[in-house]
Amino acid sequence: MAALEDRWVSSFSFLLFCAVSIPILGSASLVQELSPHEYFSGLQANKASLAYFSRTVSPGVQLFLEQIENSVEALHDYGISVVKVKCPKEDVSRYCGKENALRKAYLFRGNVLIREFPTDALFDVNSIVANVLFALLFHEVKYVETLTDLQNIENALKGKSNMVFAYVPATGTAEHRAVMEVAFVYGTVHQFVLTTEATLLKDAGNDPDVSSAQLLFCHCQQATDLAQPCRRTPLEHDLTVLNIHRHLKLMGAPLVTEVAEDPEKVSTVHLQLGLPLVFILSQKETYEADRRTAEFLAWKLLGKAGVAILSRDVVDLNILRRSNIALKTPDEGVPIKYLVLEDTEEVITLVEDKSKVKQIQENEDEDEEDEDEKENDDQDVQDDQVVEAVSRDKKRELPLDQILTLTEETFHSAMLEAAQTVVLFYASWEAVSLVVLQSYTEVADHLKGTQGILLSRVNCWDWPGVCTMENVTQFPTIKIYKKGEQPITYNGMLGTEELTSFIMLSQVSCPLKLATIDEAERYLSGELPSELSSYQHSLVLGVFSTATSKVREAFTEAGSILSGHVTTGIYFEDDVLALSHKYAVSPPALLLARSSSQSVEGISLSKQSAQDIVQMIRYELLDVFPEITVQNLPHYLQLRKPFLIFFSDGDIGQIESKEMLKLAKGRSQQAFVSCWLNLKNTPVGRGVLKAYFATIPSLPALVWVNLHAGGQVFKFPSEQSITEMNILSWLEKLKAGLEIPSSTLSEEDWKPPLPAYNFLQMMEAAGPEFTLHTSSHQEDRREQQQLEGSEEKATVREEPIEEARVKAEKAQGPGRDLRGTAPRLAGREKQARRHSEL
Amino acid sequence: MARGLFLRLVLSALCAAGAAAFLYHDYCVLGAGPAGLQAAYFLQRAGRDYVVFERSHAPGSFFAIYPRHRKLISINKRHTGKSNSEFNLRHDWNSLLSHEPRLLFRRYSRQFFPHADAMVRYLEDFAAMLGLRIRYDTAIVHVTLEKDPRAWNGHYFVLSDQNRQSYKCSCLLVATGTWVPNVVNFPGSEYVEGYETVSTNPEDFAGQTVLILGRGNSAFETAENILGVTNFIHMVSRSRVRLSWATHYVGDLRAINNGLLDTYQLKSLDGLLEGDLEDLAIVKDKKGKLHITLRFYLENRNTSAGIDGITLPQDELDNFATRAPYDRVIRCLGWKFDFSIYNRMMPGRGNKSKYPQIKPSYESRGTRGLFVLGTASHSVDFRKSAGGFIHGFRYTTRAVHRLLENRHHGVPWPSAVYPITQLTNSIIKRVNEASGLYQMFSVLADIILLRENATAFEYLEEYPVGILAELETQTGRKAPAGLFVVIMEYGRNFSGDDKDVFYYNRAVGEAQHAWQSNFLHPVIYYYKRLPTEREMRLHPPDWPLPRPDAIHHIVEDFLTDWTAPNAHILPLRRFLENCLSTDLRNFFAESCFLFALTRQKLPPFCQQGYARMQGLTGSERLRRHAVEAGLLEDYAVTDFSGDKLPDSRQGSHDQLLRDHVIPLRPLHHLVNAKDEF
Repeated sequence: MAALEDRWVSSFSFLLFCAVSIPILGSASLVQELSPHEYFSGLQANKASLAYFSRTVSPGVQLFLEQIENSVEALHDYGISVVKVKCPKEDVSRYCGKENALRKAYLFRGNVLIREFPTDALFDVNSIVANVLFALLFHEVKYVETLTDLQNIENALKGKSNMVFAYVPATGTAEHRAVMEVAFVYGTVHQFVLTTEATLLKDAGNDPDVSSAQLLFCHCQQATDLAQPCRRTPLEHDLTVLNIHRHLKLMGAPLVTEVAEDPEKVSTVHLQLGLPLVFILSQKETYEADRRTAEFLAWKLLGKAGVAILSRDVVDLNILRRSNIALKTPDEGVPIKYLVLEDTEEVITLVEDKSKVKQIQENEDEDEEDEDEKENDDQDVQDDQVVEAVSRDKKRELPLDQILTLTEETFHSAMLEAAQTVVLFYASWEAVSLVVLQSYTEVADHLKGTQGILLSRVNCWDWPGVCTMENVTQFPTIKIYKKGEQPITYNGMLGTEELTSFIMLSQVSCPLKLATIDEAERYLSGELPSELSSYQHSLVLGVFSTATSKVREAFTEAGSILSGHVTTGIYFEDDVLALSHKYAVSPPALLLARSSSQSVEGISLSKQSAQDIVQMIRYELLDVFPEITVQNLPHYLQLRKPFLIFFSDGDIGQIESKEMLKLAKGRSQQAFVSCWLNLKNTPVGRGVLKAYFATIPSLPALVWVNLHAGGQVFKFPSEQSITEMNILSWLEKLKAGLEIPSSTLSEEDWKPPLPAYNFLQMMEAAGPEFTLHTSSHQEDRREQQQLEGSEEKATVREEPIEEARVKAEKAQGPGRDLRGTAPRLAGREKQARRHSEL
Repeated sequence: MARGLFLRLVLSALCAAGAAAFLYHDYCVLGAGPAGLQAAYFLQRAGRDYVVFERSHAPGSFFAIYPRHRKLISINKRHTGKSNSEFNLRHDWNSLLSHEPRLLFRRYSRQFFPHADAMVRYLEDFAAMLGLRIRYDTAIVHVTLEKDPRAWNGHYFVLSDQNRQSYKCSCLLVATGTWVPNVVNFPGSEYVEGYETVSTNPEDFAGQTVLILGRGNSAFETAENILGVTNFIHMVSRSRVRLSWATHYVGDLRAINNGLLDTYQLKSLDGLLEGDLEDLAIVKDKKGKLHITLRFYLENRNTSAGIDGITLPQDELDNFATRAPYDRVIRCLGWKFDFSIYNRMMPGRGNKSKYPQIKPSYESRGTRGLFVLGTASHSVDFRKSAGGFIHGFRYTTRAVHRLLENRHHGVPWPSAVYPITQLTNSIIKRVNEASGLYQMFSVLADIILLRENATAFEYLEEYPVGILAELETQTGRKAPAGLFVVIMEYGRNFSGDDKDVFYYNRAVGEAQHAWQSNFLHPVIYYYKRLPTEREMRLHPPDWPLPRPDAIHHIVEDFLTDWTAPNAHILPLRRFLENCLSTDLRNFFAESCFLFALTRQKLPPFCQQGYARMQGLTGSERLRRHAVEAGLLEDYAVTDFSGDKLPDSRQGSHDQLLRDHVIPLRPLHHLVNAKDEF
């Protein structure tokens, strides 16, 4: 066995030499030039030579001559000399005489002519070497053309020796040469069979690619059943000398290696050839079964990895009882990995998974780290749009010069400076705070030069005391301080426009008490209060007779609650009836003037409590057929009704608008929210449409969405025109269940987008001292582990933990014995990046 | 003047007590040291009926004498680069807690290791400025119990002072510290001078050879003082020297006092020895020199022979280490609690014999209503945390006060309720600034009680984790749907007197390896339900808590600043999300709009913000960033198509320019775009 190996090694290096030396040849002419006499008299028995006879150098054979010259070295390695025989002009012998003989090359062994080659068959080095060797190895390499021939050879070999079956699409190719070169070395060990017939290949294997050469190793030596073809192992790489040689060497290695020493010290053919070695960890009790598993696995992995069986009874391994598989990679310095795998498929995947093998073979620590990082890739990547946006913007300095920075010391004095001080309480590390701070700078820009308003900020991370004192419990919080009044906390949208508007409207203490009818009218027309005259806003006037003091109080309270959002006024002079008559209401009543329209609406006030009045005003201020936007949708969502949305790319058409308004004002007004969405103003509407219909339908589109009940989405048939009647009858059909929803909104809960690090598991895996459990629990676990250890090796109940352990071990730095009973596998493996070395 | 006020108060209390011969108070505090004053402060702020008894004429009498060499080893860090007052307390080891900014120790001393007189002045001011009710010159000499079913705890505490005046209290808070010197008795111990009385003038030691018994800070402080004038100093103790930078325990030898270690290791004649003091004996020779021998030899000696008959170790072992005679032997063995006045109600000394036996709630194991505060309460976290020192017990005292408020006055533990969206923020805020969590690591923890459906949570600060199982009764708060415990920990096996705490790669930098963090870092435990008392009892001794359902470590940070969005906050958020099974991300209003119209449920951030008309609009610039990060889809893009699309993909650096370009885009771009299709 050892001798055989030696031969392989030497022949291999010889072949290697051949392969490498080819390209550098051909520069110098190494062809012997002899006279016919010299040539024939010098021929030695059993020495092969290739001879070319020439009289003059005709231009036609120049190319051939060059190739012959190029092949000299290659052929020389196989003991074949190349001779150019110069025929004297007068020579008319067999080889020199005939003109067509001069177009041929002759192969002699001794003085026996083996073969004559037409020069066009020897078109390059590959074809020369291939054909010459082919001719010489006539017995070693059998050429077959039919399946019967192949089967006959195969049957004859069964029980005796193995067969190497090669298919080449044509002779004289590089693959053909490679097969021949290997056959030159292995010809006496294995029977080589060559074919150019693709049909043979089709019968031999399943669905091969006949355009490329193939090589199969047929295990006929161990075959006993004459009826069955020999087991075959294809070479899964290109047919090169190296690959074929490697393949044959692997095929020649014992199927399963018995190991009785430290696996770290074991070296087999596989490892030498750069393939991994899989150890089956066995013990006395299970040896037979393990042996069968090993053989099964070895056949599966033949040519890809070696399989060894390691008896734990013989070798004292400091590893987990539960480990059943070990994987040794050919790279030096990479420790053996001990694994717990459930079935052989997993082992095969482990080995076959090229990326994994590659990863394992990459000895670089960094690569291992990459692998690790890849596993946690998504986990580590910020998936919070707000946080990410803020961190991408962190290097920009905000224009904060318009905003006063307050501290614990300056806070109270600053509150006395302006009529109205706005304070943003925030935390400088918190993303939402920083978003609002940006909007706040925009607000400052808008309000620049506005008298009586001071914008300021307090960083609660620097000054927690003042934040606690001001009852700021979460970030960000915006409060407006007015002299002598309780501060108002802003509770609207955290956007520039909304906040600006709030600050503007808050300037006026609401409700504003109006003293004369004239004042009331000017208030309703927006002229009063003068601070807001240039500022478009919705307003409400409460009209009370002197008797209705209780409702008036409630309204006053409601007014202050709505302060900043809606301007409220109050009128309760003696001549109140004059005012109320004008708007056809009787006190107590509310007069509403929306920012969007000029008209004043009168509503009688029946509610008694402030909260109810607030609700009522909010409700009344909603539009009948609003354009829905990101900003106002929440107001309408609160109605908890289905939505009828008219999606329009740009402004809504007049006709549609009219019809929709009719519909909205009609009898069904109470049942649903009808609105429209301008995709130009609210581009995210496209996202909504995509979610409903997968693609954006032709616009405009009218859509019914059961937002709060079932989530069905219906699309109004686009062939119908949008009229009140059509819509109503469509809605009837919807109600009757006659229409099929286009889609249904997902009812899914918002689950964690990604898993967290399972530190509990990692700690557990790292060993008992890191395991956090109650002491009774500990006992249970220990018992359980022992049980598992004694069971069949493949019982794996806690595989994820095991993986985590492997991972955890990888993370260990040297010099820290954290692992308790766990094997010290990872001493040389990757370490966590640490910053103490800075 | 203040005294007069107190007298009047006492008199009024006397009147209130009516005909009884006792002066009654709900709370009696023994000792006006730092812990007693701290307790008094909280009682006063809560408007409770209390009195403090102090046997001396002024507060902090211990500090008037000790440490003998007058240098406090608790740091007085006046600058941290931060203005956050709570954070700064992490590095102020001397101040007591109060609302009064003038009562910060940095106003009393400029020294990093302040003079002890500054502490005396500070404590005087603390008592006076806050108007704490203290009876000075009142030494309580005897404490008994008087059974009474009406009393809070089924009994009253009856205290008698040196003038046989009696006082009656419902609750007794013992803050007397440990002031009885530890004394070892061995043959010849009469030649030993005590730390309490030994001269502090180095001149008195010139040319002398000194043996110091003990290995604590007082022993090293004493050695440090005379190091330069003695022939040599030997120091003997049973245990090896424990360096506080190796153990992370401030009670072990501090670097400021360790000059002797230097001279020992550099063979400059000084030295350290280990040996049991109980086996020791000292004999004085005729020249007055003191010789070390063993008790064993003395017991076997020939009684008649005098000094010459005593076997010295060097007689048998002629290279015996301490064979050289000493001029002086000084005992620096620390202090113990004064058990003498309690008449057996302070039960048979805890496992650490110098401290009374108490529960993790700081209540005596034997007597209900008797609490131990301050240094004497250190048995709870001896050699672990800072409970024996001002910067630790100022927080545990507050915790005891909060327990008492709940127990006797129906005032539940202070808490705040937040929407679940604030969960990550609340934790980040606390772990970055909270001083109690930081100083009393592994002992005090913030507790987050989840409300049903995990839509809101209640935040309790600095609760003693040792009584986690009793949380509901002790705080008056309910834990119906699981809880988080936020605590700070050092790495397992990192610190210890044998450990090399400077080895390479000692600090972890990556969030995914955070569990291996060695330096103090926040750890969050998640329990689906409150652990039971049994689970608490059975938890492994080196863990502060029983096994949680999930655990999270925030990776240690060189700057103790845990606000990094990706390394600190993101992994924490993922942990919280997975415990609560929800999505805790923030969203811009636009995203919430999309969700509101396309899904039946909203993520909590949209639910609690946008849906309540408090959406986060965000600036255009930030939304662009989110789009570039691929976290927000830009639907407007399709409107412009053409060269707009590649433009945004490439992420032009000139953001502002592009923002301006969009509305001004000339029409022919649209035409061109068509041509391209």
